[in-house]
Amino acid sequence: MHLILLLLAGVFVNNYIFSQFLGICPFLGVSKKVETAAGMGVAVIFVIVLACAATYFVYNLILVPLGLEYLYTIAFILVIAALVQFVEMFIKKSSPSLYQALGVYLPLITTNCAVLGCAVTNMQSGYNFIESIVNGIGGAGGFTFAIVLFAGIRERIEFNDIPKAFEGFPLALIGAGLMSVSFLGFSGLIKL
Amino acid sequence: MNKNIRVLIDGIIFNNPVLIQVVGMCATLATSVSVINGVGMGLSTTAVLVCANIVVSMLRKFIPDTVRIPCFIVVIASFTTIVQLLLQAYLPAINDALGIFIPLIVVNCILLARAEGFASKNGVVASFFDGLGNGLGFTALLAVMGAIREFLGSGTVLGMAIMPEAFPETLLMVMAPGAFFTLGILMAIFKHLIAGKGQSEEE
Repeated sequence: MHLILLLLAGVFVNNYIFSQFLGICPFLGVSKKVETAAGMGVAVIFVIVLACAATYFVYNLILVPLGLEYLYTIAFILVIAALVQFVEMFIKKSSPSLYQALGVYLPLITTNCAVLGCAVTNMQSGYNFIESIVNGIGGAGGFTFAIVLFAGIRERIEFNDIPKAFEGFPLALIGAGLMSVSFLGFSGLIKL
Repeated sequence: MNKNIRVLIDGIIFNNPVLIQVVGMCATLATSVSVINGVGMGLSTTAVLVCANIVVSMLRKFIPDTVRIPCFIVVIASFTTIVQLLLQAYLPAINDALGIFIPLIVVNCILLARAEGFASKNGVVASFFDGLGNGLGFTALLAVMGAIREFLGSGTVLGMAIMPEAFPETLLMVMAPGAFFTLGILMAIFKHLIAGKGQSEEE
């Protein structure tokens, strides 16, 4: 039950985009079409879950025994960068069609703050291995949910006549703000 | 020297990292709740940016092209850790307020964008000014956003009450949606001003 709550809290209450501001760059950058947004979302879920597992082991089996906890930023970002490269090579070999679909987005994920943010949150909240993974799935699921919904809205905005100064990012931000208001409705739903 | 001033001003206004380059959005939206938080975040980022730009620029002839991104990230991560430890030691209040966004300076796109786009191609002095300009541009924007959100959200600026007790506090402004609205409107105003200026120059 606790794990289900953690998962739902990640998707709705503590949504990475609308309440924690993690991963805004890809959220604004690749949300022009629903298909590409969905591709990005799947890639992010994949990488975040792997990164949560990998950083959990790196922190608890390498940094803590050696007393090097303060180096976690450097260690985590290196693990994530290596992981993204590895995932890219693996997908390229094993499933060229998936690689075609995700291709462009995979390298970008290294600098997606949602990945590092998730790893740091797991570490700071002292989650165990299972909780870390569930938190990763929840957070990444929330990211995907948000980016797909938002891409749907932006596809519609495209066809409207809007003031010149608001074209592009300004209107996207205001749209994201309105979605964020609706996500406020979930706040307080789940107390962890 | 003149060229360096030009680079500095470009970073602050004409090539503002947030308003024009549209990088570093996460930190901008999350930490602009108040002026103090915004300036704290801005100056921390500026410190990392200036140091990382200098080091990347010094090493630009030694870093092989194929592994340059990991090298840049290691340089940036090292300086981020230094800034984080300094904040924990000397300004624990700011460190607590900014929380997770201090380690996340590493993945702030501003740093990688400047390292890749400027410092790896230019000399040490120019890179220093580029880092300083972009950092100050980022800080200035965070301070303005912090002031707007703090004023509308709680009627204070820098923690001092400006409006009378009866001021209707717009709680929405200090919560997540306020960040999106404020930045969206600021960006539109800035775009309008810069675009208007560009047209008058053409005529």
